[in-house]
Amino acid sequence: MEQIEFDYPAAKRRITKKAHIGVVGSGDMEVLMEPAQSEGAHVSITTSVDGFQRSWKAVFDRFFSKFDGAVRIRINDAGATPGSVMLRLEQAVEVISQ
Amino acid sequence: MNQTSTIPDFVSRKSFIEVDGRKRAQSLFDEGTWKELVGPFDRMESPWLPLQGVAPQFDDGCIVIKGKIGGMAAVAIALEGAFQGGSIGEVSGAKMAAALDLATKDSVAGKRTAAILLLETGGVRLQEANLGLAAVAEVISSVLALRPHAPVITLIAGTVGCFGGMSLAAGVSSYVVMTREARLGLNGPEVIEQESGIDEFDSSDRALIWAIHGGEQRVGMGLADALVEDDAEKIKATIREYVQADLLPEYRSQQVELYRDRITALDTSAQIDPISLRREWNNTTTGGLR
Amino acid sequence: MSEHIGLRGRVWFEALTGNNQPVSGDPGTVLASNSQIGDEIALFLCVVPNPSSRFPCVRDGQVGLEEAFTLAHHLRRVIAEDREKPRAQKRTVIAIVDVKSQAYGRREETAGIFFAAAASSDAYASARMAGHPVISLVAGQAFSGGFLTHGYQANRILSFDDSGIVIHAMHKEAAARITRRSVDELEELGHQIAPMSYDVHDYARLGLLYKLLHVDDPQNPTAADVEAIKHELIGAIQDARRGATDLSNRLQSDAAKQTRKAGIAVRAALEAQWQNA
Repeated sequence: MEQIEFDYPAAKRRITKKAHIGVVGSGDMEVLMEPAQSEGAHVSITTSVDGFQRSWKAVFDRFFSKFDGAVRIRINDAGATPGSVMLRLEQAVEVISQ
Repeated sequence: MNQTSTIPDFVSRKSFIEVDGRKRAQSLFDEGTWKELVGPFDRMESPWLPLQGVAPQFDDGCIVIKGKIGGMAAVAIALEGAFQGGSIGEVSGAKMAAALDLATKDSVAGKRTAAILLLETGGVRLQEANLGLAAVAEVISSVLALRPHAPVITLIAGTVGCFGGMSLAAGVSSYVVMTREARLGLNGPEVIEQESGIDEFDSSDRALIWAIHGGEQRVGMGLADALVEDDAEKIKATIREYVQADLLPEYRSQQVELYRDRITALDTSAQIDPISLRREWNNTTTGGLR
Repeated sequence: MSEHIGLRGRVWFEALTGNNQPVSGDPGTVLASNSQIGDEIALFLCVVPNPSSRFPCVRDGQVGLEEAFTLAHHLRRVIAEDREKPRAQKRTVIAIVDVKSQAYGRREETAGIFFAAAASSDAYASARMAGHPVISLVAGQAFSGGFLTHGYQANRILSFDDSGIVIHAMHKEAAARITRRSVDELEELGHQIAPMSYDVHDYARLGLLYKLLHVDDPQNPTAADVEAIKHELIGAIQDARRGATDLSNRLQSDAAKQTRKAGIAVRAALEAQWQNA
């Protein structure tokens, strides 16, 4: 199991809502998306599958290239593919944008 | 293209089991009356899973929702079958027992609060072994403490079924509601094959599994009360009926002499035929609305 | 160790009650006796192996259909007989526990062993909630569904403290297979993660036990051993009579406050949020 953290200080747009999406089933993950308590966005990942920091980094770099909300993201992961990670993130954004 | 009148029922039907545990629990309540307690944002996770390299879940796979059903106070406690097989750990078990205890407290104080257990579980979570087993013992005790004061309804809907220690919680419930897709038993087929051999139970024999553990059989033999379609509206209506039901002087798991005699009467020289058993046991003495 | 399953149960049932035969009408796998302990009569219950049981999957000391309903039968009778009595006079129930597991059989699943086990748990818990002191003495093994059916609803659990005691949710071999660990690794893990342990001293760290008791040779107790254990049982009965009839004591010991703090915290959080919902 691994803990991974990322910061995206440029994501500064204020967020007011929160979202919870997904289940930590095999090959899946859950995400909590909440307003950040401090400046910028912060991501914490707990994953059962070791050795994929670079894939996670690539997904979040891409996510924050389009999304600028100051969010606190927490993820519990049981081996989601980058595609499903992005899908879960987009679903969470949809909820907080409503 | 076709006329609307020829569209079969199942097209417009909303499946209950295709959604997750949280949405299932929510769907049972009167609109706008419910609230989730100790949800994912509270992040009360298992402390034991990460120690063993397993990612936890923010709600530990147990969802507690309080609100109104048919205008009456109720709490639904759902196990999420997709997380660790719906297994009972320290946190999920404590949540379930605590919600039942609080429902008991309110019921005793005059505000009858029914509980619905949505069980989708293989039983005790192996990584929390003895704390899981202890939690199951506490859940059973808490169900029994509530049962004289308010209905405790176990709903087994999905394909994970209800096995292991939690099958006892189903067994002591006031009512058990199942779908055809659901199964209920103490030991799953794989466990029996592993422990007692393939001659005892061939776990690849799907027909045998459904004949023994399936919802239709459990209702047919009187160990569950209602067989429902996988239809969110129908399940909601069935649960509402049981939430509103009058309390009974005696529930099924108190009918010891009846069932002891039935066990004594079993011919054990060969395996027991499920269909014959259903015919012999089918009776109207057990609790239920049907 | 496995060849001794159930022997200790029988030995201690006999030592404490002077009886070793099933009641007429009961299966050979259940021993029940109303016997003296201190200055009261208690109902003693024990499940033992019976190599000639008509249910093949209980012959080695597992708890099956007949066992569960027979336990429930004796418990229900005591509850009914004492229904009108004040709490101080409700008969004590003592479960002597040495059970391999629940029965893993097709006959059992077909006839609803889940429900039989539920009926027995119900009867034990109902006795406790009606005010009967319900005491479990773990004399050997206490595995999973077997323990849930026979003993785990007690309001005081006592256990011997030697290496022949195993209280667990799953057999070591099965747990090793499923977690893909060797039995040695599993034992090592147990010392780090108390709920996984097969050692009764680690089990004691969970805070669920009332007391650990030592007997030099539990399979061959001396008269002094039996007297000492009786003395402990009497102490537990008195404590149970003074205490709550629910299982809250399992959360109140120092060990529980340490090891079960996540469960205790979730209970507190739920209670706090419940009021406002």
